[in-house]
Amino acid sequence: MGAMVVCRRELRSFFTSYVAYVLLAIFFVLSGYFFYSDLSFFVLAGGHILPTGLWQYVFLDMRLCALLVLPLLTMRLFSEEKKLGTIELLWTYPVRDGEIIAGKFLAAWLFYIVMLVPTTINMVVLYQYYQFDVPPLLAAYLGMLLIGTSFIACGLFISSLTENQVLSAMGTYGVLVFFWFMTWNEEAVSMRLIGFLQGLSLFDRFFNFSRGVIDTRDIVFFVLFAALFLFFTQLSLNSRKWRGLR
Amino acid sequence: MIKADSLTKRFGSFTAIEDVSFAVGRGEIVGFLGPNGAGKSTTMRVLSGVFPPTSGQAQVAGFDVVTQSLEARRHVGYFPERVALYVDMTVREYLNYVASIKGVSRPRRAAAIEQPLAACNLGSVAHRLIGTLSKGYRQRVGIAQALVGDPAVLILDEPTAGLDPEQVAEMRDMINGLRGARTLILSTHILPEVEATCDRVIIINQGRILAVDTPANLNRRLRPVSQIHIELRGGSDAAAELLRAFDGVLDVRIVPGRDPDVMAMAIDVDKERDLRGAIAARLTGAGHELIELRPVNLSLEDIFLNLVTERTVEGTI
Repeated sequence: MGAMVVCRRELRSFFTSYVAYVLLAIFFVLSGYFFYSDLSFFVLAGGHILPTGLWQYVFLDMRLCALLVLPLLTMRLFSEEKKLGTIELLWTYPVRDGEIIAGKFLAAWLFYIVMLVPTTINMVVLYQYYQFDVPPLLAAYLGMLLIGTSFIACGLFISSLTENQVLSAMGTYGVLVFFWFMTWNEEAVSMRLIGFLQGLSLFDRFFNFSRGVIDTRDIVFFVLFAALFLFFTQLSLNSRKWRGLR
Repeated sequence: MIKADSLTKRFGSFTAIEDVSFAVGRGEIVGFLGPNGAGKSTTMRVLSGVFPPTSGQAQVAGFDVVTQSLEARRHVGYFPERVALYVDMTVREYLNYVASIKGVSRPRRAAAIEQPLAACNLGSVAHRLIGTLSKGYRQRVGIAQALVGDPAVLILDEPTAGLDPEQVAEMRDMINGLRGARTLILSTHILPEVEATCDRVIIINQGRILAVDTPANLNRRLRPVSQIHIELRGGSDAAAELLRAFDGVLDVRIVPGRDPDVMAMAIDVDKERDLRGAIAARLTGAGHELIELRPVNLSLEDIFLNLVTERTVEGTI
């Protein structure tokens, strides 16, 4: 109940500010451009298999767009309330911290879905010319949804740490980019460590989905990643009890 | 309605309040008086459920603020010191949101915000964005959100801070209008405000309660003398001597004046008698050019000073 009220207010606040529309537009235009260029590449040199020739590239690029846009979406969730001071009133209403977190998370998540939906237009148009196999595409979208969920949970946590929205976005970029780059240092690190890090890397985990493969372990990983950051958010809100309001 | 039992709140090594105990009965209006940083806000935040105390217990409307926090919060309307509202909502939208988050069911919501709108005189701006409202109106929206859901207890943290005198008077009327079945705690660092509205005063300093009493009693206790400030152009010691000999004058001190040719004096007089007219007549009668004579109100700082000295003299309160 409380979560739904918080969620509604957040969604309202997303859609009454032009920021949301700018983010939607950027995401749509960028992913559309990537789709176009990846499709050109596929036609010229991609071979015959759609999942490894096209979807893989389209979704790795779209993942990048999500990485760019989602921290800008989540940065205000708690930071703005802390800055304005509205969070204090929220704490005096009969809602649990968990409901506040759930509401804000859900709002960003629904917004993310609104962001993903228009990108299917590209696929629908392509389908008019070439009747491809749909399930691998669905697997890739499931991957997008899961990796986005992780980004949002991480962004929500960072935003609960600071009242500065720029810091909130930068911090989220920092953490997420770390999870991206951490498996790149193949020369300097032992293969065993690389293998271990790959298991933890959001981006390596996403790779299977982008090629149309759904692995339960990957799903579990993303869900756990998001759950962990939501739990951190709970701890962060709880810190007011021994730290005070600022 | 409100019971605080040796509340202590520490943030790390900093002790915000220590061993704060008091009780407030149903329908009572109690003022929390203290300088900035005295622990007023911390106490109020503990009572409204923002954070739990480090030790001690508190009950609001019969519910423990820690173990039955949600239930307790359902019965409290809180007005924070820093009135922070969602500026991108209209007043009505905002109150509607507050009603829903306080758990007012949808069919009753419209009715639930009418009363606060009316009580806070917000009818004419209900459709306006909060971001476009003046400070005074925002303050009223802050009170209105506390009233939504008709809580039995209202906790108002510095409701008149930052308002101009006219708005302060309006706010005071509003608070007086809330008198009745509701129990109300308000904090301030302005003495007359407490005198104007409160049944009882809790004076708090450096996290500890110094005194709990009615405003009238405190006034009597804390103002042993009243003070008058006098300025004479071209005055001399003779004037001071004249005043010292005056019946009812207890002490005369010469204080720095604004101009070299102006003599300024602070005199303590018997507080039961109003000697201002007589003193003025005597001074002008003796040929002194009286350019200023005004009563000096004890500032809050003086009151604290008095309280602290009283404490050291008596040992305890």
